[in-house]
Amino acid sequence: MSFMNKSILELHESLKNGEVTSQELINESLKLSKEIAEKCNAFVTILEDVKPLEVTENLLSGIPYGVKDMYSTKNILTTGSSNTLKDYVPFFNATSIEHLMNAGAIMVNKTACDEFGMGGTGTTCHTGYVKNPWDTTRMCAGSSSGSAAAVASGVYPYALGTDTGDSIRKPAAYCGIVGYKPTYGMVSRYGVLPFASSLDTCGVLTRNVMDAAIVIDAMKGKDPKDMTSWDSSKIHLLDALKENKTPKKLCYIKELCDINLFEKKNDELSSHLNNFMEKIDLIRNSGIVVEEVSVDQNLLNAIASTYVIISCAEATSNMSNLTGISFGPRGDGENYNEIVKDHRTKGFSSLIKRRFIIGSYVLQRENQERYFKNAQRVRRLLVDTWKELFQKYDAVILPVGTGVAKPLEGSSDILTPDIMALEEHLQVGNFGGFPSITIPSGFIKGLPVGLNITGNCYEDENVLNIAFQIESLMDYKNQIAKEVK
Amino acid sequence: MKYQAVIGLEMHCELKSNSKVFSRGKNSYSELPNSLVSEIDMAFPGTLPILNKKCVKDAIKMALVLNCEIPKFMMFDRKNYFYPDLPKGYQITQFTNPVGINGKIEIECGDKIIPVQIHDIHLEEDSASMDHLSDTSVIDYNRAGVPLLELVTEPCFHCAEEAVAFLEHMKSIYQYCNISEADTKKGQVRCDVNVSIRKPNSKELGTRVEMKNINSFGNVFEAINYEIKRQSELKDKGRYHEVEQETRRFDEETGTTIRMRNKADAIDYKYFVEPNIPKYQITDSWLEEIRKEIPRLRMERKHEYIKTYGLSSYDATILVKEKEISDYFEECVRLGIEAKEACNWINVQVIAYLNKNDIQIKDFYLTPEMLKYIIEQKNKGVISSKQAKEIFIQVLEEEKEPQNFISLENAQISDTLELEKIIDEIIGYSETQVEQYQSGKDRLFDYFVGQVMKNTKGKANPVMTKEILHRKLDN
Repeated sequence: MSFMNKSILELHESLKNGEVTSQELINESLKLSKEIAEKCNAFVTILEDVKPLEVTENLLSGIPYGVKDMYSTKNILTTGSSNTLKDYVPFFNATSIEHLMNAGAIMVNKTACDEFGMGGTGTTCHTGYVKNPWDTTRMCAGSSSGSAAAVASGVYPYALGTDTGDSIRKPAAYCGIVGYKPTYGMVSRYGVLPFASSLDTCGVLTRNVMDAAIVIDAMKGKDPKDMTSWDSSKIHLLDALKENKTPKKLCYIKELCDINLFEKKNDELSSHLNNFMEKIDLIRNSGIVVEEVSVDQNLLNAIASTYVIISCAEATSNMSNLTGISFGPRGDGENYNEIVKDHRTKGFSSLIKRRFIIGSYVLQRENQERYFKNAQRVRRLLVDTWKELFQKYDAVILPVGTGVAKPLEGSSDILTPDIMALEEHLQVGNFGGFPSITIPSGFIKGLPVGLNITGNCYEDENVLNIAFQIESLMDYKNQIAKEVK
Repeated sequence: MKYQAVIGLEMHCELKSNSKVFSRGKNSYSELPNSLVSEIDMAFPGTLPILNKKCVKDAIKMALVLNCEIPKFMMFDRKNYFYPDLPKGYQITQFTNPVGINGKIEIECGDKIIPVQIHDIHLEEDSASMDHLSDTSVIDYNRAGVPLLELVTEPCFHCAEEAVAFLEHMKSIYQYCNISEADTKKGQVRCDVNVSIRKPNSKELGTRVEMKNINSFGNVFEAINYEIKRQSELKDKGRYHEVEQETRRFDEETGTTIRMRNKADAIDYKYFVEPNIPKYQITDSWLEEIRKEIPRLRMERKHEYIKTYGLSSYDATILVKEKEISDYFEECVRLGIEAKEACNWINVQVIAYLNKNDIQIKDFYLTPEMLKYIIEQKNKGVISSKQAKEIFIQVLEEEKEPQNFISLENAQISDTLELEKIIDEIIGYSETQVEQYQSGKDRLFDYFVGQVMKNTKGKANPVMTKEILHRKLDN
């Protein structure tokens, strides 16, 4: 009998009543890890000799999970999927990993991601492309690609991700699962490899909303080692799911959902938006109010470049510690400059180098005002726009991306002028630090698509409550990837 | 003078604190390299800065002392550049919103009082330290993350003396406020100096040359004078265009400055706001609390000593040089020792002892209370001045209360009747000398004093002895 396709609550019950042991769960999860490693290339490290833990009252105790290779794990290889850290073994745990260890959760593997979380394709990992379990010619999106592939394949009920632009929420949609990015600072970033510090958020990929609530309940908390973390001790996500306080009011943005407003239409986009509007009807029928709102198209079009400027600027600085001097493989050279140059030239993928150049360019004295400072201003405008919506609505609901997972062949993360705002709007969630969750919302030609719900800062309970209600209206909960032939 | 020099200073001073400014790594000095290091100091992946509140407080304190405008929020920026001593590849500093701007302070230089304008003062972290050996370089991360206050003046000095007077003044303020030991020997103070020259009365500034990382005030003095001379000579020869806007370093061995890089090679630090440290509010009540902690500073004390206690400027200057000595003096006065007397004891006996034994006043055994006791006994005539000095030394050497050294045996004879008895006896057997003295041979007075001292083994109270002798002989 297979267990790893079950929810956390079901597994907890099974462990409690002795139907299965923690060791058996580990064995199954490790076996599946090896299969999915073959099929999807989802992992950097599969742990060996994983010890079972005592099953306690804690819902996560004794249950295996996966960790994106961005989280520092003591005595266990942590690479950020980069050659610059290919042999790096931290001597400390990320705070959130400590929290999960204290809960009795059992890490079984470290999942591959786009190098240092920079990328949306899962093609820049130093271990190679990560493939989508629904169709291995397609990507999982990124950067939490391995985590998404593994959770969708039923390797375990949840895996940790990080989200700087949409790195949890987009792979979740492409893999037909749930991806939850809590409010910025709710989960400590200490020990998590940085990409862009003002946007980086820890979160989780699961197969249902309740599991996401359970995991973040365990991971969150103010951390004296992360000055941007805050006290969320009064927030109880799991308890909040069942509460039915006030009738919810949502909105969607016309400019991102009305097929008639798109210049480049195609069947996939039409199906995707149709599916979304069908789900909106379903939601309305359940008693939740959903209204259409309008946002300046120019502002929406600026999302992608704003994100690139800010994230690349912060990234180029954040990754300046990767010199191969005090950790990482030592480069060759006659002097410091040559040694560092060699290390970085060999270590980073070309996509990252491209982003470093963008980051340096926009921060240069003569360019700062035009690019970096203006991007900060647009960020503020976008956040204010969304905050205004939150005055009137509990959350914004939108389709994720322009359709299903894209083919790996010919994929690229390079920003082109025809990038659609629909592809990039989740980044606003990072601009504002908003809680944001993607849930599966249907299929196009057998491949999953998702929708996203984003609310105001600190209103994680409300956002998850809404997601939980909407999830129950559809049939995509707890789905395991079935390969499309 | 043919040209006027225009000089600006940047003074970096390491602060005292238990832990580093952005980590829990210990902030202290160790001979053992890389022994005071946390994962944050070495910029291990995923580490984040934690701001040390004590350092923020000290930075604000200095901003207050320098009469700066203080912002409502403390915030930090990243200064990005690659260098082996900079583990993160950026330094956390303050650029957009320093803790203090537009300050001003008056300092003494010789007999002049000169105003100094402060451009800004900001809190930042120190880099690791490096040693360059013959074929390799080694890095010691002990210093990485040590809190630094950087103070930037406007170009408001016109000679090396003024610049050094300012540095000395600031050093004493750091010490008075107990913010830093400001010891150049320990590398706790480093200076960047910029120098340009112009025709006197000219409004325009000349080409500015910066000298970086000068590690002693003596070298600052020399570097400025060398640079003024170098620039003046070029100007004299009509080759002023050869003075470039550039960064030079001071070479201690030759006493000259050497080019490091010119303006075209200037680094673009790509500053931006440090996202990992949220804005930190500086409330008015906190400011007031900090303001109350600022002690009376050197100049204020010096003026007070001259005005209130009538001390000479020379004596007052010595007393206020170190806060602990000044505090010792004030305690003596508070206990009731007459100010001039306290000053004489401190400036002569105390300081000589400290210097001779190379100790600090905080390690000085003899408390103001003990000093008071010794002085009282002397003034009462129980002991002589000479004895008082001897007892002072005995107290220090044996580390025992002064009471132990004032006994019947060595007590001064100050009893009038007893002295009169001795003197009568001497007059009795010195008929010849009395006659000679009384007939005008004044010098013989010393003979009688000598006899009294001889008979009492030097313990007779000299003042009383003279008084009685005069009374008995001069009639």
